Amino acid sequence: MGVKLEKNLNKIIIFTLCILMFILYIFPFILILINSFKARLEVVANPLSLPEKFDFSNFIEAFNTMNYGSAVINSLIVTVLSVSVIILFSSMLAYYLVRYDSKISKMIFMALVASMIIPFQSVMIPFVTVFGNLGLLNSRGMLIYFYLGFGISMATFMFHGFIKSIPVELEEAAIVDGANRFQVFFKVILPMLKPTTATIAILNVLWIWNDFLLPSLVLVNDNIRTLPLSTFYFFGRYTADYSVAMAALVLVLIPVLVFYFVMQKKIIAGVVDGAIK
Amino acid sequence: MYTQKKMSEKLRIFGIFAAVPVFVFLSVVIIPFLLGLYMTVTESTGTNISTEFVGLKNYVDAFKDSGFWDSIILTFKYTFWSLILTNLIAFILALMVTSGFKGQNFFRMGFFTPNLIGGVILGFIWQFIFSRILVFAGESFGIPIFEGSWLSDPKMALWALVIVGVWQNSGYMMLLYIAGLTGIPKSLIEAASLDGANNWQILSKIKLPMMVPSFTISIFLTLQRGFMVYDTNLSLTKGGPYRSTELISMHVYNDAFLYQNYGTGQAKAIILFVIVATIALTQVAIMKRKEVEA
Repeated sequence: MGVKLEKNLNKIIIFTLCILMFILYIFPFILILINSFKARLEVVANPLSLPEKFDFSNFIEAFNTMNYGSAVINSLIVTVLSVSVIILFSSMLAYYLVRYDSKISKMIFMALVASMIIPFQSVMIPFVTVFGNLGLLNSRGMLIYFYLGFGISMATFMFHGFIKSIPVELEEAAIVDGANRFQVFFKVILPMLKPTTATIAILNVLWIWNDFLLPSLVLVNDNIRTLPLSTFYFFGRYTADYSVAMAALVLVLIPVLVFYFVMQKKIIAGVVDGAIK
Repeated sequence: MYTQKKMSEKLRIFGIFAAVPVFVFLSVVIIPFLLGLYMTVTESTGTNISTEFVGLKNYVDAFKDSGFWDSIILTFKYTFWSLILTNLIAFILALMVTSGFKGQNFFRMGFFTPNLIGGVILGFIWQFIFSRILVFAGESFGIPIFEGSWLSDPKMALWALVIVGVWQNSGYMMLLYIAGLTGIPKSLIEAASLDGANNWQILSKIKLPMMVPSFTISIFLTLQRGFMVYDTNLSLTKGGPYRSTELISMHVYNDAFLYQNYGTGQAKAIILFVIVATIALTQVAIMKRKEVEA
């Protein structure tokens, strides 16, 4: 009896602690939300109070000043296209590296793995020098090209591990039936890569959607800015008016949170897989 | 595995499957990296890459720059505390949300949420918390430590950065620890408790040794993230007040793009690379040896 009581007591203590921690973690978001509805003076007077009335004018002002619509569309274009080309080209490269094992394939693979340790900060200066001189900065297309370049190593590495476990016999059957290499890849291999593809897609979506440093170096014109960029420039001008700034933050958080609620299981599985591989 | 006899066939297959990604990878990562190394030993500027050889001058200048040393020390300090706190809290969270009460998934989701959001936005959220909320709370309830904004106090600003880093990363590391904890065979724990082991013994004698792979990954990731942090640094403190929070990444960025010292800036970037690479490789080598075979 005593043991059971102790166990239950332990559980209650852990549960209470968990709730306290949870509140601590979520509180910043709640505070942002509460203050986004208030008038400017209300925030200054008491940032902890509930709003007197739910006023959406802050949101409208934030939406307009930070070019929210165009920033979201730019972010969507860049993220979706970058992730698509990363998946396509990395899976093809990984297939080549596994199935056509030669000295060159080994060298490419080694270079990919070694490059994963290079921080972006170590290449950004020559990167800007070279591509700036070539006049290749300041376009969404080039930004997608850069994401492909920086994304290839990890995606290829993950596909490589998976393709190695697919028996060659499966492909041979298709070749006997008259398929060429290209068809073998797209009809036999690519469909089998779905679980790995999901993981890679999630990791890359989170990375590219949230990335700031690379687009800040590449995109200059304000009509092609992605969401983190337009948030940053918005805050550069709007530090005084906290209520509008908080509304802007809420707007910026919405797409990520929606994505999280819809895909929560896949996202959690994806980030764990990505770290362990 | 396939082997092609004819050279033309080899090239064709390479052209179809590998040419584009290899070209993009070389042009975006490898060539800029090698050029970066080259830039550090020549008199290069941001707009042109010169062939005038200057030896190790840029590295000497980098090491002579006391601002750079300040940044390195700050970054080590930041990374050290982030590493300890993130992993400690993440491990405790993981133990809590695997203890078997209802709604565990809900809590996991909540703790992980900050990790999904970009560093720039997290920094702005906490800028409001540190400069408004905490100051207001400090003044209203008479809590001296919060009465002045941490962000304008050179002694406290780095701690603000550490708190945001821990808040951002602990949910992620928690997920890795959950994966480790749920990977421990139940039979092992049951056997131990039948033999009379208490909770503390089960934790220290079974769970911790079995978790070594999770610790490896998690420590490796926090170290790497700590040394490369830039976004939250920029939006929360901009390196201030009085450069008291200018971590390496920001120092490199400012040196090159703000003060136009491309040569020394790039030398510092290479030093950052060496630090990150050394730590990562050592960590993996050491922890691999200690892994417990179950």
